[in-house]
Amino acid sequence: MFETNYDVVIIGAGPAGLAAAIETKKVGTQKVLLVERDHTLGGILQQCIHPGFGLHLFDEELTGPEYAYRFIEQIKPLGIDVLLNTMVLDIDRDDNRIYAVNRDKGVCNIGYKSLVLAMGCRERTRGAIAIPGTRPAGIFTAGTAQRYINMQGYMVGKEFVILGSGDIGMIMARRLTLEGAKVKAVVEIMPYLAGLTRNKVQCLDDFDIPLYLRHTIIDIKGKDRVEKVTVSKVDDNFNPIKGTEWDIDCDTVLLSVGLIPENEL
Amino acid sequence: MSMMDVVIIGAGAVGSAIARELSRYELKVVVVDKNEDVGGDASKSNSGIVHTGYDATPGTLESRLVVAANPMFDKLAKELDIPFKRCGAILTAVTQEEYELLPELFRKSHKNGVYDVEMLTAEQARNLEPNISPEVKGGIYIPRESIVDPFALVVAYAENAAMNGVQFKLSTKVIDIQVEDGKVTKVVTDKGEIPTRFVINAAGLYTDDIAKMVGQCDFTVHPDKEDYAVTSEGLEEIIESVRRLLPAASPKDTITQYSGLRPVKTPEGYKIEASKEVKGYVGVTGVRSTGVTASVSIAAYVADILADEGLDLKPKTNFEPYRTGFTKFNELSWKEKDELIKRNPLYGHVICRCETVTEGQIVEAIHRPIQAKSLDAIKRRLWAGTGRCQGGFCSPRIVEILARELNVPAETITKHRKGSEILTGPNRLGD
Repeated sequence: MFETNYDVVIIGAGPAGLAAAIETKKVGTQKVLLVERDHTLGGILQQCIHPGFGLHLFDEELTGPEYAYRFIEQIKPLGIDVLLNTMVLDIDRDDNRIYAVNRDKGVCNIGYKSLVLAMGCRERTRGAIAIPGTRPAGIFTAGTAQRYINMQGYMVGKEFVILGSGDIGMIMARRLTLEGAKVKAVVEIMPYLAGLTRNKVQCLDDFDIPLYLRHTIIDIKGKDRVEKVTVSKVDDNFNPIKGTEWDIDCDTVLLSVGLIPENEL
Repeated sequence: MSMMDVVIIGAGAVGSAIARELSRYELKVVVVDKNEDVGGDASKSNSGIVHTGYDATPGTLESRLVVAANPMFDKLAKELDIPFKRCGAILTAVTQEEYELLPELFRKSHKNGVYDVEMLTAEQARNLEPNISPEVKGGIYIPRESIVDPFALVVAYAENAAMNGVQFKLSTKVIDIQVEDGKVTKVVTDKGEIPTRFVINAAGLYTDDIAKMVGQCDFTVHPDKEDYAVTSEGLEEIIESVRRLLPAASPKDTITQYSGLRPVKTPEGYKIEASKEVKGYVGVTGVRSTGVTASVSIAAYVADILADEGLDLKPKTNFEPYRTGFTKFNELSWKEKDELIKRNPLYGHVICRCETVTEGQIVEAIHRPIQAKSLDAIKRRLWAGTGRCQGGFCSPRIVEILARELNVPAETITKHRKGSEILTGPNRLGD
């Protein structure tokens, strides 16, 4: 078993973890370790290839990977240690140690004086919001689709309906359109937009993608692959209003219905 | 294909159990199933309860086979290396009406030969299960009601059968069964003909379609096989009935919902017999949700029928009843995990965070005797994708591993069968 000790261990090397590592080191902490499950630093920023990052901090418009790089390039000169491809499986709070696994080192047993959890978020799923219907292929959370397209180089469908007007959903609407897909609707249950107005203008309006506020998907149909969804208007209590529903033919549904803190540990 | 002794149609719990049972003997056996994986229809939506048979209809074949099967599971689970737990069950009475039914159910249990049941007062029921509704009036304790991983059971039956020489022809649809001079001669599939002496109809939801091929269909199977879905009314009903029993349960805690089909035969009841009109045809029909439990006894029962019909059951000298399950990475100690990763680094790469499934286990599942080729096949074997993120993290990674290990393009990887491909193709290339 690989055993080592640090003053501060940070789990997750996304924007929060990177910033935490840099600041911890800058204020004089001796030994700082970043533990990241993916093969690269930067976390979800690496799949956010759209611009719009860095306006506040760097006064210029950067893509996600560019923005991440501004932090990543500080890690080595500052002498921060990094473990990539490493999944933390357990925290032993009595002995202040974490247990992680890694292909090269096997089980890593790492002592800490302070531990920072910067594991980011998971996306809310279809199950979490209980959309009725069949269970065909072609239902993705927006971030998962983003990974397939931007990291792995594959398209996930041809005709889309997006549920939820969160920023990832709207940004994906534009991205899918640029990849040649047809986004037929963005459907939002609330009477207002969930994400930034900037994203509605740049990602929906500029591409003539219709946004339906106070609407939701009440049924998903399809045997092997999604064939259509039923969309309905909702009342003030978010219950579907009978008689307002209509079908939209599509082969893919993207869900952009919120993020939940990653707290498996 | 060369002449077979037995063709089993259907690789669900029942068909796979029969395959394993027949693999004890010197026989040429093949299992045919239209699905890409074993356990693809009714078996995949089973509750996983290993019933005692306490509430069966006394005197029926179902009662006899379910009651016989329950005690067989300790040995079976050990041989097949599958998760099995003798947790016991409480039949609760919340309403007065339910409470008044308890004595009758208690006697019914005895009539089924299940004598180790106990009547419970409300207090005893609450002591056994503190989360139970305070409204509970009493219950019956059924100590041998147990749970099994139904996906693992089917895969294990099939793998063990395959290890012992049974052939599996999956993604192969039976089109016809040919009969000459009142005797089964061959099974015709979309991938060719299989000459055989015996054919066993273990097609579950589709037993009626198969029985019609030999003119032996005096029943119907419901419901409509192509149209089922989770409905909002169905969800409400489930939430309501769970709340009645366990008031602390919240719909917010649910991870997901799914529905499945259970074959309901009319007329009702297990019917397992050799046809008198068509020699060589054995129908295993009317097996419903209790089939996962009864699979092990049904298999022995069917072997007897085949022997009665003239099939020579000569025991193999080299039958191997033990099958090793997939590496249980999660259950290993840190030292064992470390040693395993040193031997094979793929076990150091966690692919499914929610259920802690490693790349090593996924590669195992792809290269077993019954290959896992789809996301659902991986999910049913290893539970990758069943957790709280519902595959959001692991599925892009599993698609890549499947494509690499099966040496096929990623866009051909499916959720469960052809037509359910996950990806539609590569991105645009700067056009």
